[in-house]
Amino acid sequence: MEKTRIDTRFAACKAENRAALVGFITAGDPDLDTSLEIFKALPKAGVDVIELGMPFSDPMAEGVPIQLATQRALAGGHTMAKTFDMVRAFRKEDNETPIILMGYYNPIYVRDPKAFVKDAKEAGVDGMIVVDVPPEHDDELCIPAREAGVNFIRLATPTTDEKRLPKVLENTSGFVYYVSVTGITGTGALDADKVAIAVKSIKDHTDLPVAVGFGVKTPEQAEAIGRNADGVVVGSVLVNAIKDSLDADGKATDKTVSAVTDIVKGLADGCKRAKA
Amino acid sequence: MTDPTTLPNSVSQGPDDRGFFGIYGGRFVSETLMPLILDLDKAYREAKEDPEFHKELAKLHKDYVGRQSPLYFAERLTEHLGGAKIYLKREELNHTGSHKINNCLGQILLAKRMGKTRIIAETGAGQHGVATATVCARFGFPCEVYMGATDVERQAPNVFRMNLLGGVVHPVTAGAGTLKDAMNEALRDWVTNVADTYYIIGTAAGPHPYPAMVRDFQSIIGQETKEQMLAAEGRLPDMLCACLGGGSNAIGLFHPFLDDKDVQIVGVEAAGYGLDTDEHCASLNAGKPGVLHGNRTYLLQDDDGQILEGHSISAGLDYPGIGPEHSFLRDSGRVEYVSATDTEALEAFQLLCQTEGIIPALESSHAIAEVIKRAPTMDKDQIIVVNLSGRGDKDVNTVSKFLGKGSLAE
Ligand SMILES: Cc1ncc(COP(=O)(O)O)c(C=O)c1O
Repeated sequence: MEKTRIDTRFAACKAENRAALVGFITAGDPDLDTSLEIFKALPKAGVDVIELGMPFSDPMAEGVPIQLATQRALAGGHTMAKTFDMVRAFRKEDNETPIILMGYYNPIYVRDPKAFVKDAKEAGVDGMIVVDVPPEHDDELCIPAREAGVNFIRLATPTTDEKRLPKVLENTSGFVYYVSVTGITGTGALDADKVAIAVKSIKDHTDLPVAVGFGVKTPEQAEAIGRNADGVVVGSVLVNAIKDSLDADGKATDKTVSAVTDIVKGLADGCKRAKA
Repeated sequence: MTDPTTLPNSVSQGPDDRGFFGIYGGRFVSETLMPLILDLDKAYREAKEDPEFHKELAKLHKDYVGRQSPLYFAERLTEHLGGAKIYLKREELNHTGSHKINNCLGQILLAKRMGKTRIIAETGAGQHGVATATVCARFGFPCEVYMGATDVERQAPNVFRMNLLGGVVHPVTAGAGTLKDAMNEALRDWVTNVADTYYIIGTAAGPHPYPAMVRDFQSIIGQETKEQMLAAEGRLPDMLCACLGGGSNAIGLFHPFLDDKDVQIVGVEAAGYGLDTDEHCASLNAGKPGVLHGNRTYLLQDDDGQILEGHSISAGLDYPGIGPEHSFLRDSGRVEYVSATDTEALEAFQLLCQTEGIIPALESSHAIAEVIKRAPTMDKDQIIVVNLSGRGDKDVNTVSKFLGKGSLAE
């Protein structure tokens, strides 16, 4: 398939000798305007690739931080149409930073997968991560996404063995997302040595960049993971920063955006040190 | 309704290799779970072919559960309604008081075969949680049950029973704190503890092979019914009727009859305050196809694909989805799906108490509510079998609260 902004960006990070920082926020959290402001501020703070979460009522693979972020967004009336609006607004100012939509299948299924990937591409989306559509169901979404020019980024996990890995990689493009813990987002203790072994084994099977996520919280962890991986994914720590910045009524404050960008800066430094 | 006799092909052959009943079912789970789901599929297929597995299960059915469960002619209820003859399939007499034990025994034997050492489950009414805690005690497994906080409250007696049996109950406060949320939390536990944990899903839903496997374990209900009916009346019934939560007691009764085209089959969903409100759990009557909890099926959802919280007076029916085989049977027209409101279920609950001296579960009362509507319109030589899926001891608090008020919230 054609090159996307994701391919270009990972190549650029490699050329600049640093691990790519992949940052996740939930669209519409804590409200549409603030979320858009955070979204736009991420690249300047040091995020190389943005994962924008599509809120879903039943986020089965998420730990408490992203569950709460999802609830904040949905309570504020967030919809898929608004997620697309955010992407279009972002693209008016930034035509380089890759955007990946991340979420669950049902909100896509009800809109019709083929229509969804076309709309996403037109809005300026480069890739998708959909947690509950495994390679066994590639015909439903992964193939239509590829045909529309949208990377379908697959998760590989500690339970994906050597035998299964080729199947997971088969239709994956953009990069491979290695999930560093068996579990849900925002939990678990990261073991950088084990992750290094897993990353190496994935790299034996593919030329795609490998990014590692689930459980990365600190610049030091980003640095340790980034030594072997091409990218480091952070999410729960960012949405927790949003939560902690809210006032007693759960509304955004003038610290909400900087709460996120401050953390991003530290993590981006970690990603730079990783390859130094 | 479609005339079943005009259906060209058998509708009982699903699922296919990928777990699909028509377009419904499948394996929509995260990568972490996928290898496990494939293992489970393999282990179940092997167990199904192993006579020893069936022998052990049959022995437990007989000596531990007390099967077969009677097929009982409800004479006074029949007289009262003045139409078709009504038989009750007495699953409420099983050990632990519902059909849920049939499935739990099958799955715990499988867990043992697979070398798993820890069991988790979700529960709504608590009947599945109790059945799970029971088989865990019997086979010496640690047991953790996820239960919505709302349900923990309205089914308190069952929480205590689970505790007595050594089960640890985790109240789930996410969402409305009912069955859907409990299932999310059980899935989160499972992905975190894949290596040693077996997840006993309590209904004929979830990723393949669960819908087919749970159906197979529950099909003993329909198989026995067939034999018992032939012995009692020398013929098959005219109609089967069962309530639908996720659909396990219903598919268990229905499946052995799917190809008997003269047998009319009716499933009853929970209409809560009524289908003209948002407060019901009738996914087949008022939902549309979507993907949740590992399978594609009819779901209660809004236009943006967000899952809606259902409502039913009965915790065991309070689920916005339905097993995928029922979605297939709905679209094919083989089974007719109707609904009963909270009020109708409560009336049916009381009628069965008064005419037969049997306190039914509120879940099962929905099926009886449909019988109350249908029996009087049928001939006296026609026969209805209704699945009495559970006993109502767990519900007496809920019922007394509503009856004490004099009227239902509306
Ligand atoms: C007695 C009884 N009947 C029916 C149900 C509904 O489940 P299913 O549709 O899987 O039979 C439950 C669930 O808790 C139950 O306890």
